[in-house]
Amino acid sequence: MTNETKPLATAAPKDSEGRPPFDFAKWWDRVGILMVLIALVLLMSLIAPNFNRVDNLLNIARSISVNAILAAGLTFVILTGGIDLSVGSIIAVSGVVAVVLAIAGLPAPLAVLAGIGVGALCGLVNGALTAYLSLAPFIVTLGTMTFLRGLAYTITAGQPIVSSDLNFKGIGIGYLFGVPIPVIVMAIVFLIAWFLLERTRYGRHVYAVGGNAQAARLAGVRVDRVTLSVYVIGGACAGLAGVIFAARVISAQPTAGTGYELDAIAAVVLGGTSLAGGRGRIVGTLIGSVILGVLSTGLILLNVPFFTQLLIKGVVIIFAVAIDGLKTRPLPFLRGARRAG
Amino acid sequence: MTDEPLLRLEDVTKRFGVTLALDHVRFDLKAGEVHALMGENGAGKSTLMKILSGNIQRDGGRIVMDGRPIDIRSPLDARAHGIAIIHQELNAIPAMTVAENLSLGREPRTRFGTLDRRRVLRDAREKLARIGSDIDPAQPLGSLSVGMQQMVEIARAVSEDARVLVLDEPTAALSRAEALQLYALIGQMRSNGVGLIYISHRMEEVWQLADRVTVLRDGAYVGTGAMGELSPEDVVRMMVGRAMGDLYDHAPREAGDVVLAVEGLSGDGIGPVDLEVRSGEVVCMAGLIGSGRTEVARLIFGADRRSGGTVAIDGTPSRPADPHAAIADGIGMVPEDRKDQGLFLDHSVEINVAISSLDRFSTAGVVRRAEARKTVLEEMGRLHLRKNAIDLAVKALSGGNQQKAALARWLMRDSRVLILDEPTRGVDIGAKREIYELIDALARAGKAVLVISSDLPEAIGISDRLLVMREGRIVHELSSDRATEEEVMAYATGTAGRAAGTSHGAEA
Repeated sequence: MTNETKPLATAAPKDSEGRPPFDFAKWWDRVGILMVLIALVLLMSLIAPNFNRVDNLLNIARSISVNAILAAGLTFVILTGGIDLSVGSIIAVSGVVAVVLAIAGLPAPLAVLAGIGVGALCGLVNGALTAYLSLAPFIVTLGTMTFLRGLAYTITAGQPIVSSDLNFKGIGIGYLFGVPIPVIVMAIVFLIAWFLLERTRYGRHVYAVGGNAQAARLAGVRVDRVTLSVYVIGGACAGLAGVIFAARVISAQPTAGTGYELDAIAAVVLGGTSLAGGRGRIVGTLIGSVILGVLSTGLILLNVPFFTQLLIKGVVIIFAVAIDGLKTRPLPFLRGARRAG
Repeated sequence: MTDEPLLRLEDVTKRFGVTLALDHVRFDLKAGEVHALMGENGAGKSTLMKILSGNIQRDGGRIVMDGRPIDIRSPLDARAHGIAIIHQELNAIPAMTVAENLSLGREPRTRFGTLDRRRVLRDAREKLARIGSDIDPAQPLGSLSVGMQQMVEIARAVSEDARVLVLDEPTAALSRAEALQLYALIGQMRSNGVGLIYISHRMEEVWQLADRVTVLRDGAYVGTGAMGELSPEDVVRMMVGRAMGDLYDHAPREAGDVVLAVEGLSGDGIGPVDLEVRSGEVVCMAGLIGSGRTEVARLIFGADRRSGGTVAIDGTPSRPADPHAAIADGIGMVPEDRKDQGLFLDHSVEINVAISSLDRFSTAGVVRRAEARKTVLEEMGRLHLRKNAIDLAVKALSGGNQQKAALARWLMRDSRVLILDEPTRGVDIGAKREIYELIDALARAGKAVLVISSDLPEAIGISDRLLVMREGRIVHELSSDRATEEEVMAYATGTAGRAAGTSHGAEA
């Protein structure tokens, strides 16, 4: 029966639209976004004064750590095809709770854990509403985003709580072997996230739920549990980011993290993760965060006005997503064919 | 009918990168004829039709209509030339009404420039009347059955005075009554001088409907012949390049102990259903679409909530609350809708095959990747899937190979009970044969196999016993070696006792 085995490589493309000989999608998936980063770094070192000094690079790393940790957690959520808009507000609530407890005398490690725990708890609510009541995550987290921001204002009565001798401020402003601690924390978070997504059964289930939830259920994946868990992970990461943020500004700010959810989503999408779910890499998210950080810092070094920075950032995000969108389509300019209209 | 064909494709060639998808393909169509286009998946039928519909451009060759060469650069061009295509997947908007869909893109306006709702409805009623349909145009399209939606598409094509109508697997999702209605409509269009290109894998249907058949293989033209001059065996030989023998041939099997025992199973509109499948046995559930076969399978598998009854595997009660539990108890199911329910299309074959066995291939939640990959490769080998396909996205595979990937998942899991819902739908004949052989081999290895099939010769040919379902219950059980299609149809339609007399009852 050997002649019944159809050669896939020749048979498969015929029935589909066909693929160009140079597989742009695969190439872009692997190295595309990295190329953008390298090009950006080269450009910045050429035109921005002092850009590639070690202290500046460490500075960039520290400045992106909050967004990157947020984006790492959000990658799990987006991989399942969900979204979490409440992570910015979670930053405020967890920071406030950690600071209040620290001032009340809780030891630093416990205050940090409490902040993370509060974030995870918020995620649990998001996840339970999404997974078990089958509500749309966009709406659920839009609601909790508003609620949690309100909660942060309520706890602090709208005023920042400043504590100059905050016991866990090291996690925001400290150094270990010359490296800022937030950068070390960020590295650990990404290592764990990478391990979970790439090496464990759980990771494959996350991709499966995002790829096709119905098929995942019929393949034996407990879709509800996986959905619940990604929001808990997203919330815990936001909680950690909130603690770091509070430590860095040595205070509890009810306005902390406002709009951060959008920067985090931008980093995830920039890194190649599909908002439709099922497709993406945690490494991409890290690169996406770094690109956004390099861009901001570089533009500041170049003395580009803040308003112009926003214009440039917006264009970069759209450009990156546009290239990403081309992957899923055959490339008309390579095939010389017009697209269906 | 004149001798000058309505449409002629000459030496049409299409290249995708290094692959020659169409190699000097010929095809001609006369007014008032049904011309079947056949070939295995990947033979180039879809590519040829995409060129005809203007979705892709040919690299070489000519398209001649009414003796004049034409160019089809876009779907709009195709429409302007009177070429309409009814796709397998319908291109309509389910949330809009039938009437709105029919006027889509050319909505009538009132004097004030607003949408003329009354005329939309009136036009739609006229268009539907032209094909003899009494569908209510005010209904949302999505509330209609697939067959009815197809009728709406055809009504649209007819209303635009299509002269060439391409039907791509039109009966794949139709009930028997709907299919009959479609056949009548095809006859009507033929007598009106429309040329119809009919793509189907179903031999009997093609013989019943078509005047001529053209066969493609691996992107090349194989031949054209009048139906009267060819036998189904001839066409199969042309499609696969050699004789197939009897598709369903298998040596007698010996049934062992009861593996799957279902008692009083009931759910929404289903049951109570009792059934047993023994080790080494292939049992087929036959019946019309909507008779409850898929629902029974889903209840056994825990995919839907059951309201009563028991399921036991090897004498041990299984109380599957969800598929996860059913799989742990040794049940595997390949669902009817491969693309929506069975597979992760964007993910690799490896991921798709391994997903249900990861618990066996991981330590403390960490996947033993090398070992899992090796096992996936072994299962792919058993199914004649090329090993270097392991990292391809499943959507890049042909229908037959996708189905093999779906089957490989349960081979890897080594499930005791296999439920296969329409395992050969949309699968070419070569892969069909391989799937039949696999089913036979699984039964011989002591598995209990429960198959759902709407292809009656297949259902009888590959099984040991048949369970005929109607209105959510099993109404008849018979041994496959004595079963006839007529008898099965008689029970499936509830006319048992008098001869049903259907020679093509397969597609119900």
